[in-house]
Amino acid sequence: MSEKVCETAVKAQGVDQSRRDFLGKSLAVAGTITVAPGVFLHQTAQAKPDDQPVTGEVRWGILIDTNKCAKGCTDCVDACNEEHGLTGSMPKSSDAQRTQYIRKVTLREKATGHEHSLPMLCQHCEHPPCVDVCPTGASFKRVDGIVLVDKHICIGCRYCMMACPYKARSFVHEDLTDQTLASPRGKGTVESCTLCVHRVDKDGTPACVEACNQAEHNAMIFGDLKDPQSDISKALKEQGGKQIRADLQLNTGIRYQGI
Amino acid sequence: MTKRLLRLLTVLFGWALLALPVQGIAETPFPTIIEPEGKKCVEPEEVMRREHMEFILHQRDETMHRGIRTSKYSLAECIDCHVQPDENGNIATHKDEEHFCNACHQYAAVSIDCFECHADKPQKYIQRNRQTALQQQLEQVLASTADKVGDQK
Repeated sequence: MSEKVCETAVKAQGVDQSRRDFLGKSLAVAGTITVAPGVFLHQTAQAKPDDQPVTGEVRWGILIDTNKCAKGCTDCVDACNEEHGLTGSMPKSSDAQRTQYIRKVTLREKATGHEHSLPMLCQHCEHPPCVDVCPTGASFKRVDGIVLVDKHICIGCRYCMMACPYKARSFVHEDLTDQTLASPRGKGTVESCTLCVHRVDKDGTPACVEACNQAEHNAMIFGDLKDPQSDISKALKEQGGKQIRADLQLNTGIRYQGI
Repeated sequence: MTKRLLRLLTVLFGWALLALPVQGIAETPFPTIIEPEGKKCVEPEEVMRREHMEFILHQRDETMHRGIRTSKYSLAECIDCHVQPDENGNIATHKDEEHFCNACHQYAAVSIDCFECHADKPQKYIQRNRQTALQQQLEQVLASTADKVGDQK
């Protein structure tokens, strides 16, 4: 049964892909402007200017190789906590309540006892259940595929936390001060990984990926899933990558290898 | 007759003189607004006084939903200029009367929600205690590793 579902999903994706390719090609043709006979001006990928909105021509994602992800290593989690000012910001909350955008999860195969570890974060789904259930529109997906909470209109009902299959969202239970610029956050609202949207908008890389690469673990690749020339797309094409709970057909932006 | 009228006028004038300072005391004093140092605001003062909330609200939606990150009407830029430490090095929080935003908002009896989520002082004045932070992080990790061993199907 589940195989059949997967097959349909793959087929559905195949259809989408061909349409996407077609659109991509027509865009490429449109993007090529003839300056003079024989001279063409090609549009090249550039950093988005600050005053321009994000476009749906990209879709951001991360590919995580769990074989390279060491058990007990928390470099990505630490970098994330530092970047978003999470560390020590909620002293009165319990461990279960305290916000974590990334959790390290250890998986153990019962039959062999083999254990491995992976970072679990917001999967930035194409069809996010958190957005479906949000009664105010606070939980939303940006056109470039990043799923965010607009805390200005979040009423703290926590439906999205219930709807998320990945347990990626947290609720702030206490008054906060001295938030970082990257992550304004406060009591009574839900929050989760923003894929470091403040960095991505400035052509940067999320803090977790940067930390992982800096420590030379190289377990994470960040990039544009729609660009066939990006590192992440090439790696996915060559080596493949799995979605967690692929059966839900959410088409996650975070993919895993080795699970 | 003229004498009586003159006397009446003098009395009235005297009362008016007395009433002036009394009225002055009865009114809520206008807040003292801390002048930012040396820089010019993004719009003239009278425009900012009336329209600042419109600018911030517009910018908020543009940044949040469309990823437009211009700094002209950014709340962080307001704070960077308008919130400065006093001569003793203390910075007012958004709940104090001395805070630039709160000074007027208290006077006008309009509550502000911005600082429930946004920092109320410039980032460079925020002390992030890395020592305690790291210690708490370690405790968190130690506590969580024990109960995060799940089973793979």
